[in-house]
Amino acid sequence: MSVDFGAAHVVVRRGGLSARLHLRTLVACLALTAALAAAAIVALSLGDLPLSPAEVVTALFGADDGFAGTVVREWRLPRTTAAVLFGLALGVSGAVLQTLTANPLASPDVVGISSGSYAGGLVVIVLLGGGFTATAMGSLIGGLATAIAVYLLAYRRGVQGFRLIIVGIGLGAMLSALSTYLLLRARVEVAMTATAWGAGSLTPVGWPQLLPAAAVIAAALILLVVLSRPLHQLELGDDASHALGVAVERSRLALLVCAVALTAVVTAAAGPIAFVSLAAPQIARRLTGGAGISLAAAGLVGALLLTVSDTVAQHALPVPFPVGVVTVVIGGCYLVWLLVREARRTA
Amino acid sequence: MTAVADASPAPAAGRRPGRQRPGGPAARRRAIGIALAAGALLCVCLASIVLGSKPIPLAEVVDAFTDPGAGGENVRIVLDLRLPRTVTGIVVGVALGLAGAVIQALTRNPLGDPGLLGVDAGAAVFVTVGVVVFGTVTPLQDLAFAVAGALVVTAAVAGIGSVRGVADPIRLTLAGIAVAAVLTGITTALMLLNPDSFHRLQGWKAGTFVERGWDVVLPVVPFLAASALLALALARALNSVGLGEDAATALGVNVARTRLLSVVAITVLAGGATAIAGPIAFVGLMVPHVARWLIGPDQRRILLLSMLLAPTLVLASDVVGRLVLAPGELPVGIVTAFVGAPVLIALARRARASAL
Repeated sequence: MSVDFGAAHVVVRRGGLSARLHLRTLVACLALTAALAAAAIVALSLGDLPLSPAEVVTALFGADDGFAGTVVREWRLPRTTAAVLFGLALGVSGAVLQTLTANPLASPDVVGISSGSYAGGLVVIVLLGGGFTATAMGSLIGGLATAIAVYLLAYRRGVQGFRLIIVGIGLGAMLSALSTYLLLRARVEVAMTATAWGAGSLTPVGWPQLLPAAAVIAAALILLVVLSRPLHQLELGDDASHALGVAVERSRLALLVCAVALTAVVTAAAGPIAFVSLAAPQIARRLTGGAGISLAAAGLVGALLLTVSDTVAQHALPVPFPVGVVTVVIGGCYLVWLLVREARRTA
Repeated sequence: MTAVADASPAPAAGRRPGRQRPGGPAARRRAIGIALAAGALLCVCLASIVLGSKPIPLAEVVDAFTDPGAGGENVRIVLDLRLPRTVTGIVVGVALGLAGAVIQALTRNPLGDPGLLGVDAGAAVFVTVGVVVFGTVTPLQDLAFAVAGALVVTAAVAGIGSVRGVADPIRLTLAGIAVAAVLTGITTALMLLNPDSFHRLQGWKAGTFVERGWDVVLPVVPFLAASALLALALARALNSVGLGEDAATALGVNVARTRLLSVVAITVLAGGATAIAGPIAFVGLMVPHVARWLIGPDQRRILLLSMLLAPTLVLASDVVGRLVLAPGELPVGIVTAFVGAPVLIALARRARASAL
């Protein structure tokens, strides 16, 4: 028996598992993957030693043991990998939070979770003097504490969308002030590293930071594959999801932890990179045309956004910029557009 | 639903009968409130002159004022560093408090603040463009760029934040934050592109009174004073606008002119404050609320009291910023953000604000 879902879809069956895939989402994801691969190759080919795309591909797959191979694999690959992975993490994190709160503005950067992660990481660096793992833990704890604080402060007979945003912005401002204070009281060497980190930059990211971050991101993404069904059932409302057999509170908490962990680990490695998690899910939603946000599409858009932004920040401008400066401009313009469009629809 | 309700918060209701009789308990309470605010301002002014990385005994401060010719080190610190800094704090505070009060009254928006609405960021980006692209150096050039930036951003944010000409407070705030984010990004980019101006702008960007001598403050003061008078002159019209556009028109107020003049006052006040000290957020948000809570919903009194409370807050924040990191300093804008953000959260939690 076939059920009409209202949109074209394909069913994949393999062994005991089967999945029904929304056709347009599938096509969008494939196109995004292709675009992402192209963007990554361009990013790898630019620099003091310009290479052709063919040379990059040759170097990537180890067929080139010469200088070009070293440049691509040792110097440029960590950065580009970081851009792709971190963009993916930010996009998915934003998609989960926006879906959970049913609010297109509730992304980790707008509601202060990034600021919380940054402040948490700074506390570890400045006050405790920890290494990368400790900093990442500090970021995670800071992010989670902020998320919980925002939720509780915004709670007043239910959480109303805009109140959540304003409370998050307020808390974010406070935490940024705290971060500035910590930076100013830190020793100069510590403050210098921490300031570069604070602008949101992929420059300090090498394999030693990338590998643990990638492990956390992979774990969170695998967990989210399992949780994506409850996530989309939660969109129907608590009562309906109860009826569908979802453990509502437990799923919500697990989803929140995953989303915060994704943002926190990126913040720990590269600093607060603004607005990717805000814009990516909404762009993905428009590309896939579905009712909800596809996590895979959101992640791919995030990866594409961050890779392109970092390439622009590195090569298109006379001086290399922290990528956060580029994403804040792109994301801010996008937010303005979102508000204008919404206003027109209401009018 | 609009923000009309906010113009008359609950505390005012209990005092309403008292307002009929001049000299009654309400009037006495208002007088006490204003006297206390003035006293507090005097105290923080004194603290701002006495306290710092080198505390100076009160007797020597008195000596410095009575005998400015004596060339002791402490006299120079008082007259050349602390006094201009204190005056800067007062000037910037008055400008920010008034700008916030006028924004809140005009837009009937409890979340109105030149910092939150991006006006400061607009002024900042234009000043940065002036420094980086046109090589401006004098305070008046800074002021011109700041006011132009404030004006452009005010118009843009009002346009983005309004639906069919009605400005919704939350939407306005979001529009302001989005625009401010973009502009802050551009400001940072411009500073990174031009290392020479980086140093001049770095401290200024967080909002600070450090190294603001007479030469920076005095040229801007006449413009700020003129727009402060303009704001005070508009108070009565703003009271009527608070009742809604139709009611204001019926009361004989020219709404369009009031709006235009208010925008002029806001942009010069906020732009001037930013030109002097950099963007300082949350002062314009907090102060009018405290003033309204103390003294009732009449804009004339709110504006007057804001002129006393805002410099008190700014100077107190500056003194705190000097003390917590001594011998270093915390920029005043960071302290006001730390104090002001909880106020924003409390306002957002209020049932009325969220139903706006």
